Amino acid sequence: MENTIYTISVYAENNIGLLNRISAIFLKRHINLESFSTSASEIPDVFRFVIVVHSDAERVRKIVQQIEKQVDVIKAFYHTDEETIFQENALYKVKSSSLFEERHIQNIIKSSHATIVTVSPEFFVIEKTGFREETEQLRKDLAPYGLLQFVRSGRISVTKAKMGISEILDSFKNNN
Amino acid sequence: METKTKVKATQTQAKPLHISGAEAVVRCLLAEGADLIYGYPGGAIMPVYDELYKFQDQLHHVLTRHEQGATHAAQGFARTSGKVGVAIATSGPGATNLVTGIADAQIDSTPMVCITGQVASHLLGSDAFQETDIIGISTPVTKWNYQITKASEIPEIMAKAFYIARSGRPGPVLIDITKDAQFDTFDFTYEKCTGIRSYAPYPKLSSTDLEQALELIDQAEKPFVVWGQGVILGNAEEEFKTFLETSGIPAAWTILGLSALSTDHPSNRGMVGMHGNYAPNLLTNECDLLIAIGMRFDDRVTGDLNTYAKQAKIIHLELDPAEINKNVTVDVTLHADCKISLQELNKRIKPKTYPDWIARFDALDKIEYDKVIKSDLLPKKEGLTMGESVEMINKHSKNDAVIVTDVGQHQMVACRYAKFSQSKSNVTSGGLGTMGFALPAAIGAKMGAPHREVVAVIGDGGYQMTIQELGTIYQQQIAVKIVVLNNDFLGMVRQWQQLFFDKRYASTEMVNPDFVTIAQGFRIKAKRVKKREELDAAVKEMMASKEPYFLEVCVEKEDNVFPMIPSGASVSDIRLE
Repeated sequence: MENTIYTISVYAENNIGLLNRISAIFLKRHINLESFSTSASEIPDVFRFVIVVHSDAERVRKIVQQIEKQVDVIKAFYHTDEETIFQENALYKVKSSSLFEERHIQNIIKSSHATIVTVSPEFFVIEKTGFREETEQLRKDLAPYGLLQFVRSGRISVTKAKMGISEILDSFKNNN
Repeated sequence: METKTKVKATQTQAKPLHISGAEAVVRCLLAEGADLIYGYPGGAIMPVYDELYKFQDQLHHVLTRHEQGATHAAQGFARTSGKVGVAIATSGPGATNLVTGIADAQIDSTPMVCITGQVASHLLGSDAFQETDIIGISTPVTKWNYQITKASEIPEIMAKAFYIARSGRPGPVLIDITKDAQFDTFDFTYEKCTGIRSYAPYPKLSSTDLEQALELIDQAEKPFVVWGQGVILGNAEEEFKTFLETSGIPAAWTILGLSALSTDHPSNRGMVGMHGNYAPNLLTNECDLLIAIGMRFDDRVTGDLNTYAKQAKIIHLELDPAEINKNVTVDVTLHADCKISLQELNKRIKPKTYPDWIARFDALDKIEYDKVIKSDLLPKKEGLTMGESVEMINKHSKNDAVIVTDVGQHQMVACRYAKFSQSKSNVTSGGLGTMGFALPAAIGAKMGAPHREVVAVIGDGGYQMTIQELGTIYQQQIAVKIVVLNNDFLGMVRQWQQLFFDKRYASTEMVNPDFVTIAQGFRIKAKRVKKREELDAAVKEMMASKEPYFLEVCVEKEDNVFPMIPSGASVSDIRLE
């Protein structure tokens, strides 16, 4: 089966140790993660994990079954890139001198639709949200001007299809 | 938290009790019906032990000789009683010693709650004395775990622990409690947990799936059932028997399914898997419909998946959604507790017989009897066999003992030849294959079924892994019968070395101690048998004993267990010699 990028979305309780429990499922199967991010979700008190893996459909299906089996997990899904809207966020710290001395760098910032977050006498910080290729291209473009620091977030993503988590939680409340 | 878990008041208390966390732990155990726990004290769990002392007339604590023994005893208790087993230990090494038993309970779906002490919360992460991250360590091998750092959390978490351990597909839960949470006082009330919003342990059977299953059963000409422990865990033995008797379908068991149906039932065609019976293994690859009930297609059952039942339609009765299409892709899933699925099938199933198909089983059974079973049970050679030893236990227990086995050759032989009349009678370490399981598990098995005979059948290797539990047996006067089938070898590994490693017996020969003297040293009655003519009387004497009894049977050193499906081979490649 063909390997491709899958985005796994997990809706779960915000309990200590759940992150470890989920990552252990990948560890047990010797699978490396492309990225892993956690945040609040649209539902109060419900956390959302977004995990990106490079794998085949069959394996991802089984992993998602194992994730969903965890007591603190409400529901887990997996999607291909076509089924999701996703972004990554990157920060670039560059020497301030290059901003003033190298005219070209201003063109790079403008053409890449990046924004300048902060400027100090020593350094300035650029922020760029977009696809992996875009943040990567900007990193390459800025490299010649002395990139002091670079960091990129894990993928965050929403699905085109409905998730239906509220319905699951409502059915629990009503089914008393 | 009230929207996340459902609770049921078990007792109406006018005024809440103002008590310590440690006392709350004991009161929670009592409220959950636990009157028996296995464990080992130590610094970080001392406040709870102090309360166990005060409550000793209501809650019996069994001091094992090692924390691993406590978990296996709790497992044995759970397996024969159907209740949640409880084990308790201190922090650090006490907690890590539980891990093997927890992993065993996880893979064999045994309901168990383990309680560990932890260093005080202000010391967490400071590498304090006997501090270990047992939550991190136990995460991959528990159904759920939780660290309590405040006394007030204890009732809700303990209620959740028992609910999670016993509901759905059962499993082990570990609760780690910091020492300060044990000392702190709070207003205690207890309410049982009846639901958790993120956890749906009882799926509703789909009527479409049921229709499809009935249609496949109706069309089948050579149907075959393989059942596992799900039948026992779902208390579905009666429904299962009705299903087999009405449908006329022959059935075989996985090692953990053994005893769900009496061994002499005409539908019972024996064991599937690596050392299972000839007919059910071969005919797995001839049936046109395979109905898998409460089993998980373990590799020891299926052999090579690429050649497993490829010709057959498959129906899977399964409660755990993660098991569906995990190892074997099936045609129809009945995703529900198998008790419910079987009840629904029984309402609609048509009575049928399959004389030609059953005759195929009979013919292959005869081949296996002539080539393997006869010489196992009625040997002509001088040395004693494991098979005849097990047969002698059948004779003197009238086919009605609880048989607890360890791991290896003796386990396969015992499971092949032991006779059972009632369910929950076979206690063994199936999925994890934990040597050292049997002796402590037998303690729990006997306490979970005190009116039944419990016979632990153990190899000389595994016996020495937890031999110290003889001390527990004597102190508690647990009337278990211990049979060590001694071949002075780690027999199963030696068998593989003989068959697959050109007889290079690397580290498998055992120079054993005098087992009879050792048992006697623990003040347990003991006997050794070396000759066939002594076996009958010795087993008879053992079974008649009202006290714990140890019997060493010196068996042939280099016997092999057959039939055998070599690791990774197809079930069709089963060897008789």
